[in-house]
Amino acid sequence: MKSRVIVSTTINGEPTEFLCEPRQSLLEVLRDVLGLTGAKEGCNNGNCGACNVLMDGVLVNSCLVLGVEAESHRIETVEGLAVNGKLHPLQQKFLEHAALQCGICTPGFLLSAKALLDHNPDPSEAEVRHWLAGNLCRCTGYDKIVRAVLDAADSA
Amino acid sequence: MPHDVWIPPVHRDLTHGVERVAVDGSTIGAVIEALDAQFPGLAARLTDGDRLRPGIAAAVNGVVASRGLRQKLTDASEIHFVPAMAGG
Amino acid sequence: MTSSQYKVIGSRPLRPDGVDKVTGRAVYGADVKLPGMLHGKILRSPHAHARIVSIDVSAAQALPGVRAVVTARELPSVGDTVTDLGESVVNLRYMSNNILAHDKVLYHGHAIAAVAADNPHIAEEAARLIKVTYEVLPHVLDGRAAMAANAPILLPDLRTNELGKQGSSQTNVAEHIRHQRGDLAAGFAAADVIVEREFHTATVHQGYVEPHAAVALWNEDDQILVWCSTQGSFGVQEQMAELLQVPPSRVVVTPTEIGGGFGGKNSVYLEPVAALLSRKAGHRPVKMTMTRAEVLFGTGPTSGSYIRVKMGATRDGTLTAAEAEMIYEAGAFPGSPVGAGCGVLFGPYKLENVQVDGYDVVVNRPKSAAYRAPGGTNAAFAAEAVVDELTEKLGIDPIAFRLHNAVREGDRRADGPELPRIGFIETLEAARDHAHYSAPLPGKQRGRGVAAGFWFNWGGKSSASASVNADGTVNLVEGSTDIGGSRASLAMQLAETLGIPYADIRPQVVGTAGVGYNEGTYGSRTTFSTGWAVYELGKKILDEMRQRAATHWDVPVDGVTVQDGTFAHNGDSMSFRELAGQLEVPVSVSASVFPSGFGPSFAVHIVDVEVDVETGKVEILRYTAVQDVGKAIHPAYVEGQLQGGAAQGVGWALNEEYVYDDKGRLVNASLLDYRMPTALDLPMIDTVLVEVANPGHPYGVRGVGEVPIVPPAAALANAIYQATGVRMTELPMSPARVSAALLAAAVPA
Repeated sequence: MKSRVIVSTTINGEPTEFLCEPRQSLLEVLRDVLGLTGAKEGCNNGNCGACNVLMDGVLVNSCLVLGVEAESHRIETVEGLAVNGKLHPLQQKFLEHAALQCGICTPGFLLSAKALLDHNPDPSEAEVRHWLAGNLCRCTGYDKIVRAVLDAADSA
Repeated sequence: MPHDVWIPPVHRDLTHGVERVAVDGSTIGAVIEALDAQFPGLAARLTDGDRLRPGIAAAVNGVVASRGLRQKLTDASEIHFVPAMAGG
Repeated sequence: MTSSQYKVIGSRPLRPDGVDKVTGRAVYGADVKLPGMLHGKILRSPHAHARIVSIDVSAAQALPGVRAVVTARELPSVGDTVTDLGESVVNLRYMSNNILAHDKVLYHGHAIAAVAADNPHIAEEAARLIKVTYEVLPHVLDGRAAMAANAPILLPDLRTNELGKQGSSQTNVAEHIRHQRGDLAAGFAAADVIVEREFHTATVHQGYVEPHAAVALWNEDDQILVWCSTQGSFGVQEQMAELLQVPPSRVVVTPTEIGGGFGGKNSVYLEPVAALLSRKAGHRPVKMTMTRAEVLFGTGPTSGSYIRVKMGATRDGTLTAAEAEMIYEAGAFPGSPVGAGCGVLFGPYKLENVQVDGYDVVVNRPKSAAYRAPGGTNAAFAAEAVVDELTEKLGIDPIAFRLHNAVREGDRRADGPELPRIGFIETLEAARDHAHYSAPLPGKQRGRGVAAGFWFNWGGKSSASASVNADGTVNLVEGSTDIGGSRASLAMQLAETLGIPYADIRPQVVGTAGVGYNEGTYGSRTTFSTGWAVYELGKKILDEMRQRAATHWDVPVDGVTVQDGTFAHNGDSMSFRELAGQLEVPVSVSASVFPSGFGPSFAVHIVDVEVDVETGKVEILRYTAVQDVGKAIHPAYVEGQLQGGAAQGVGWALNEEYVYDDKGRLVNASLLDYRMPTALDLPMIDTVLVEVANPGHPYGVRGVGEVPIVPPAAALANAIYQATGVRMTELPMSPARVSAALLAAAVPA
């Protein structure tokens, strides 16, 4: 377990190299090696979605991806959503709709919702609910989250 | 003017079944002393040294007394001893 | 229902901490990183009940990278001190035993020892190397079984407490509570219809998405610094001081952002252990985070219960008597919420003849912790189902029946005290008049259920301070953990009081070193009590600013008026901002309060379901939550409380439960198998905010966070009955249980 591996990736548009142990998950690497603590650990086995990030535009649970698997891939995290000082429309709508209470699940929801809107810019409520079913929120009952995503789609 | 003190059901063994007692007292502590004079043993159950026993709250006219035994009673009041609780 | 008397209160501004939380920048418990930080891990019991014969930590200690190992021997001996830690009454010896098992393990997952190492992986490996020899003992998981004469005894010294009266023999019954008024026999004799039923509810977890996390540093000067995710930093300070037997002033607690709590993040679990490890590891900071499995094994949950309810009513629908027996499983140590359950049970109804007996019973499950309106959901599930059955037998509309029997100001609670001004009637009327209640519900296996709920709420101690900046903004420093938008609701109350814009208030949450004493964010108390402290701050600031304005104009202060943030005297006027820019002596104030006028809350929920008779799955078609909220400071976050509480109640009702094997081992300690509701399981949750101002608060605030979890399970059970003709008496009403009940009903007895 001692030998470490150099991994070359692009994270939020920045070419990034990191050194990780083969057993470390991408979530661990993001949080503990790179200091990107926006992705959260809620369960560490792919059930809660709090660690969700995009890998080459595809939604993944970063706790179920090994750090070494990120080699040559493009990773997007919540830290990269706002561009040039401007919040992403989803971030803005989450705030306007009070779609977060404690906020721990919010980064994961934002990434899941982004993945949805990137491939389906005009989803129905049912599609939003289906797509977000991999993200657990214990505070809101999802109502305001679903509304925020629908509103972000409408205003895009 | 005496207060209307409701004896908790589990302590009515000491009051021979009596549910409500009229006693005087300028504080909750004084009321309990007066109760104990009539029904020995009540103070030992309701208090722990100079405080209400942890887990017991005194409600004065429906409002939980924030000062415990030192809660002042200005007018004739209705007093209950109830389980204390706060919530999640 | 909107009020024009306020400028800020009732509006929906963005929350002050919002940007940090949508950009991933907000620092939660597990995000804390200190120089030289070590990582701790806990070893947990594989048995439900066993004596610890020996613990050998030598192999763990020898592993390279391991810096410290601790067991209960490192904890100072604490006597049988029963202390009131704000949120709950605890016996310190039990609490210490729960942190690290002393001589026995009392549940699967009970913490035994802990390791600090250079990284979490080494710590985990080392924890596995600790050798514990056990003498396995018989276990008991069920409350009623634990009350039986031959039940295994968990705590040999435990005696039953009855509001201060102590029992004399060994028992698992920690507490017996009785409420009794009137003449039960006469009440039932006067009834035309009597319904008596038995109910069971499963152990469920609060389910916050953020696992517990803490960093502790025990300094060489014996100052203990703690950074953690908690509902109350002062509560952590008090518990640390008691458990480690150090003065509270030596413990400095800095709260991080919190990823949900729901009552489950008031008790400490990791903090004292991390502190002990820190001291032993040469005073290096130690970080401990739980895995999800550990959260389910070792924290929370709330009690499973057995409840028997009997109620009687006359033909015209007047309740004449009500009786109940409630057995709540406390987990391994005393402290179930049965006391609150006893109060919630018949809380909505005017009753002259009533008796409730509650029992707090220890069993070999994790020590229960508060969970949103603790004990209330269990109680309402039972009582509201019996009420529903009465209304059916009497042929009276469920809401009409409740309106007929509803408590009003001056009516007595089951435990005696009279109720203040409450809004239950208005809440019932709003539910009755809502389009949902009268909407057609065509289709097979569909049904509509309704249920009511009561919650006490709490006031408690709060402190806050504020200072006026030269640009006219105001820094608000508060000590209430912001779990769901309370920075906003507090800043709004200060802005309203000062008559300045919401955006000019800059709130921040600080720890024990930065503000006066605060109870935790629990009991639906923060917007009420800390809101009151903030209101006092506003009045004090205005007083000081008037003084400054008087000095500025060189006039008597009595001649200076202040309205809507403008100071005036005889034709001269200055805005708050202008005056702030000219202060010669700065203005800063603080306030501490302990208000008692918290008013209880009432909720009525309406739910439509469709039951799949093949699988037993219950689908929710429509949900409406109606609630007296006093005054909604920030309506969007109030709606969020109603929606979130309803959703948790739905999970409790339909899916969630702790599942054990025959050896007392928890077998579903993951979020795949402990199934909480997802976005796909729920519809939109409509809310109706009824505003009956609480006379016990300057802005009419009532706690809103807890009561929404009280009615859902009952409303769903009543809806399932309407859909299928089968009354479910056991939670969760999971597909397996519903299909079994449907099958049983289909087979003639």
